[in-house]
Amino acid sequence: MPLALLTYALGLGERKRHFPAPQPLQKRYDVLIIGAGGHGLACAYHLAKDHGITKTIVIDKGYLGGGNTARNTTIVRANYLTEEGTAFYKESLALFENLSQELDLNTMYSKRGHLTLAHTDAALRTARWRAEVNKHLGVRSEVVGRHELRKICPQLNLSDEVRFPVLGALYHAPGAIARHDAVAWGYARAAYRRGVEILQNTEATGFQVERGRVVGVRTSRGTITAAKVVQAVAGHSSVLAHKLGIRLPIRTVPLQACVSQPYQPFLDPIVVSGSLHVYISQSARGEFVMGGATDPAELYDTRSTLEFKEQLMMHILELFPQLANANLLRQWAGLADMTPDFSPVMGKTPVKNYYIDAGWGTWGFKATPVCGKRMAECVATDKTPALLKPFALSRFDDFDLVGEKGAASVGH
Amino acid sequence: MPCPIHGERNIAEFFCKGPVLSMPNATRGTRQQWARYLFLAENKAGIVDEWWLHSPSSLWFVARRDTTSDEILQTWTIEAYRTQQQKKTTPKATPKATSKTTTR
Repeated sequence: MPLALLTYALGLGERKRHFPAPQPLQKRYDVLIIGAGGHGLACAYHLAKDHGITKTIVIDKGYLGGGNTARNTTIVRANYLTEEGTAFYKESLALFENLSQELDLNTMYSKRGHLTLAHTDAALRTARWRAEVNKHLGVRSEVVGRHELRKICPQLNLSDEVRFPVLGALYHAPGAIARHDAVAWGYARAAYRRGVEILQNTEATGFQVERGRVVGVRTSRGTITAAKVVQAVAGHSSVLAHKLGIRLPIRTVPLQACVSQPYQPFLDPIVVSGSLHVYISQSARGEFVMGGATDPAELYDTRSTLEFKEQLMMHILELFPQLANANLLRQWAGLADMTPDFSPVMGKTPVKNYYIDAGWGTWGFKATPVCGKRMAECVATDKTPALLKPFALSRFDDFDLVGEKGAASVGH
Repeated sequence: MPCPIHGERNIAEFFCKGPVLSMPNATRGTRQQWARYLFLAENKAGIVDEWWLHSPSSLWFVARRDTTSDEILQTWTIEAYRTQQQKKTTPKATPKATSKTTTR
């Protein structure tokens, strides 16, 4: 149990502010990170912890963890299809498991088991493929039939009297959920304790470039000079990179999600169906967290639509008819950076001293710890770590895509 | 969606097929031009011209949409769009530019 939780429960020690008020800006920073979401903060934390770089500032145009970090559906898993993806997320899962201890903040990491349902022979084949790749790389995944499925998730409707009967599933026992806000706050606090500054309500409006090198960032509070700059701004990646003349392989598409009102604990595993474009899990609070496919067209707006809810509920009710009378409590959308190969873009860019962390489509939250750690390594050493190499921006110029079809919310 | 042939129809009948881009020359286009055309989208936050498909009738047409508000500003049949593009003094990004590539 994290020490902070124990002392709080026992009424020992006083509650302190997590983050003190911002201090006057320093003249020059070693690293400036644009975007105070999970990824940017994790990078700042690992720069300080692993590489001793503490003269770092993290800026955000909104508030801390207020973008996609707060908008995802908190699923953590490593059962991807490509070797590159699986190896990457395997490390992330390992870091997640120890995150509450590491950050001394309860991230409410809860191992539930993750089911990817198959409704067709083709989907079952893909499940088998994913399971074999996973096993080969030491990630626990297996294909289960209807009989085992009934034991793992007795709540699931396995009737044949539906439009798309369930044939089997890919079962990924380490699949988990975590509290996304706590992840962002935990990294922010841990980074702050090591000397990192965090400046909210500060938008990056442009860059200072000298001879092909970034030397500073123009912000709504004036220009900040920094030796290295990292971009981790999720849905607005293209717009920001464009200011430096960098074109990204990204289309910005909204991804909508919703939660029901809280109910008694009913559903333990996380249930996903790629063919039906739905995923559902029950949070520790009892809310059903549900999401579906990305929106059909590019859009820089987080509105919600009736089409999304109709589509989603049509399929959810086939899988869980028990939820027919459940009430929706909240709905929202996040801006997803969709890449042509459903894989992220990380590492160096054509502009010297400028590093990018983008293209996180529907797979960003679960990568928070590993991405922070490896991006920090990349920034500190100016060398691309082996784990990030397959995800370089240059792969699009070289026609060397990754082809991750184990990603969520995308049609296969 | 105000379809240029069928009039106003439910948006669920349509599919967005991405921005109107000029394709690099099939034989002379460089790798970099093709990479740009295929992968490196401008992904503009603002007004863009896009291909749309009316699925029930298989009709392809062009719609001008604001990607910050999802507002559809204007639609054209392919012929009308091409004519309108050619009328401009500096023609760019016509649907079937065959000669010089103008990758944006």
